[in-house]
Amino acid sequence: MSNIESMLAKFAEIAENPKKQLDKFVSEGKKVIGCYPYYVPEELVYATGMVPMGLWGRSGSPNKAKKYFAAFYCSLVQMNMEMALNGDLDKLSGVIHTTLCDTLRPASQNFRVGINNIPMIFIAHPQNRKPKYGIEYSMKIYTKVLNELEAIAGRKASDEGLHEAIRVYNENRQAKREFVKNAGKHPELISAVQRSAVLKSSYFMEKPEHTIMLKELNRLLAIEPVVEWKGAKVVTSGIICDNPALLKIFDEYQIAIAADDIAHESRSFRKDASENEEPIRALAMQFAEQDQDPILYDPEINSRPPHIVDLVKHSNAQGVVILMMTFCDPEEMEYPSLAKALKEEKIPVLKIAYDHQITDFSRARTSLQAFADVLDLRKI
Amino acid sequence: MAETVKNEKVPTEKLPAKIMLRNIVDKAYAEAWEAKERGEPVGWSTSKFPAEIAETLGLKVCYPENQAAAIAAKHGGQRMCEYAEAMGYDNDICAYARISFAYAAGAECEEKPMPQPDFMLCCNNICNCVTKWYENISRMHNIPLIMIDIPYNNTYEANEENVVYIRAQFDDAIKQLEKIAGRKFDEKKFEEVCANSNRTARAWLKACAYCQYEPSPLSGFDLFNHMAVSVTARCRKESAEAFEALAAEYEQSVKDGTSTWRYPEKHRIMFEGIPCWPDLQNLFRPLKDKGINTTAIVYAPAFGFVYNNMDEMMRAYSKAPNSVCLETGVEWREGICRENKVDGIMVHYNRSCKPWSGYMPEMERRFRKDLGVGVVGFDGDQADPRNFSNAQYITRVEGLYEIMESKKMGGQKSE
Repeated sequence: MSNIESMLAKFAEIAENPKKQLDKFVSEGKKVIGCYPYYVPEELVYATGMVPMGLWGRSGSPNKAKKYFAAFYCSLVQMNMEMALNGDLDKLSGVIHTTLCDTLRPASQNFRVGINNIPMIFIAHPQNRKPKYGIEYSMKIYTKVLNELEAIAGRKASDEGLHEAIRVYNENRQAKREFVKNAGKHPELISAVQRSAVLKSSYFMEKPEHTIMLKELNRLLAIEPVVEWKGAKVVTSGIICDNPALLKIFDEYQIAIAADDIAHESRSFRKDASENEEPIRALAMQFAEQDQDPILYDPEINSRPPHIVDLVKHSNAQGVVILMMTFCDPEEMEYPSLAKALKEEKIPVLKIAYDHQITDFSRARTSLQAFADVLDLRKI
Repeated sequence: MAETVKNEKVPTEKLPAKIMLRNIVDKAYAEAWEAKERGEPVGWSTSKFPAEIAETLGLKVCYPENQAAAIAAKHGGQRMCEYAEAMGYDNDICAYARISFAYAAGAECEEKPMPQPDFMLCCNNICNCVTKWYENISRMHNIPLIMIDIPYNNTYEANEENVVYIRAQFDDAIKQLEKIAGRKFDEKKFEEVCANSNRTARAWLKACAYCQYEPSPLSGFDLFNHMAVSVTARCRKESAEAFEALAAEYEQSVKDGTSTWRYPEKHRIMFEGIPCWPDLQNLFRPLKDKGINTTAIVYAPAFGFVYNNMDEMMRAYSKAPNSVCLETGVEWREGICRENKVDGIMVHYNRSCKPWSGYMPEMERRFRKDLGVGVVGFDGDQADPRNFSNAQYITRVEGLYEIMESKKMGGQKSE
């Protein structure tokens, strides 16, 4: 096994076993905080000496969560509730619950009243995040979140600790961005399944450790010669695409992921926080600078579709695969504008339904096979 | 101009309140058409955007939610939804939004035409869906979008930082709308508009409160029609007057022992959620057949924006059904259930409204525990008739009736 393969196996082992990671952290005497999507300032958790772990659901069907949700709700949120109700999250010392979509709003209430053994830290991000008043509001709510985290941690976060947290997270974000580029350059070495595992593992690892491993992987990839890729290259877009069963189909038809616009992946590490500002302000400004995300209000009303077009062009991709999260209104409402912009640029686009409950991807297989052929024809 | 109602002073004193109310809505749309014809900018606004701003600036505004409900009630909902779906909008998306996308894109619609927008006023206190909905239409027409973001509340009262944040956006919205209107914001006019708005809210709440009489002087379904004024014209003096006239009529009905509910009132229920506009008759009929009057609807407190100063106004706009915490939502509902003496609750699981339906299962449990009343849910949609099953609804009404009968007889019929 090459060094690269061996490292990829380590990332995969962690990505596939978040519970093992949680048990490990707790056995080491560390407190762990679960973080819902989207844009949780994990730096605050880190600065209080605790470990943030991402809560993006898991593959499976809700059972106990049906007590709280009708059928027409996003499986990501339902599966988080399912895990909590099943006791899978019992070792968490708290959960930060966001409210940036219409499912997360009531879900926050269901979690607070339905899960009594895990303290919920509530955060309502501002959609008008860019003006001075939006940044000031973010600062106030981030300070409240920090206070609640400090109460759980039993210790205060120092100013120095907050600065360090930002530095640590910036370094990790930079490593992830570098990895995304490397994975796009070397699909012969990094499969779609492996690419996902490398990025997903970061939600279940302490960031310094993830950064060290990822920097080493990036170093090894950087010295590899670029070889011609016979297959297609695409940009993926959506909320999450972490199911190996689906990603294997990408690999099977040699559809490489040149770049992504996935909330679980690149949208979460596109922007760094300033290391020269007061830390809470830096985090508020970082959120203010998040753009081109259907979950967020976009004051630059026409900016997102061309952003995806540019992403395709800059990553030398030939098409876009949209993983449409079932029952996700923001993504669904953005789709026509995005499809129109891509069509105008003659960029092929494939929309595939995605959620955590899907176990049979045979329809996606047929679509991806046909899409690979379409992209192949365009090369001629 | 498609609307035929003329903008002339209506002799309101002599008209029944329901006609006064209908005329006000028609007049609001007629004025928007006239403004458009004069070349003035006309806006589209979410139902709980602070209407006081545009009214103060003399800007005419239309309400897509009201339009979508009207189109759906006239059975144009499915056609419009399908038009939007052909544009690429998924059928999971709120049916109001789909109808609005279709209309904004030019779909023919005789049911409820209104002028196309020159600016958009979005306040997400009702849901986050409106954010993307209004962005889409802003893109289609290349027009400005003015956004007031109301953070979701996890506590009974909006936090101080929320009030400061909302106030800053309110001031920002005024500046943006001054440019669109081409005139300055007149504080004195604003005070007058706010006074009208408060008066309308109080009169609306007063009229709704007559449901507490036994028997009720009204069928609660009447309120679904009357609330259109709270959406489209709550800052106008004539709206306050019309709701006051409505309350006076109910007062007289109580004295006379009459009611717009013309059937035996064997049971009284709360109807939870937005009604299925395309199926209002189908919703009403089985209830009528069983002698079940609706005496509580959540729209009563939902449009009771009462405030005494600017901070209270910001807090008032923070209190929409989909922006309050679970406990506030339960308190509102249980309050009107107790006041209006209901013995059952019919919950609409509305495919179009995720934030509303998202905590209904927990609310159902609380209603049963706290109120001891029968609670039954059904699946439906506020505007897309394909998501409503009449057969299921009838079965659920029968189930609720049996539970209420059993409880009335002292039994403990299991739900």
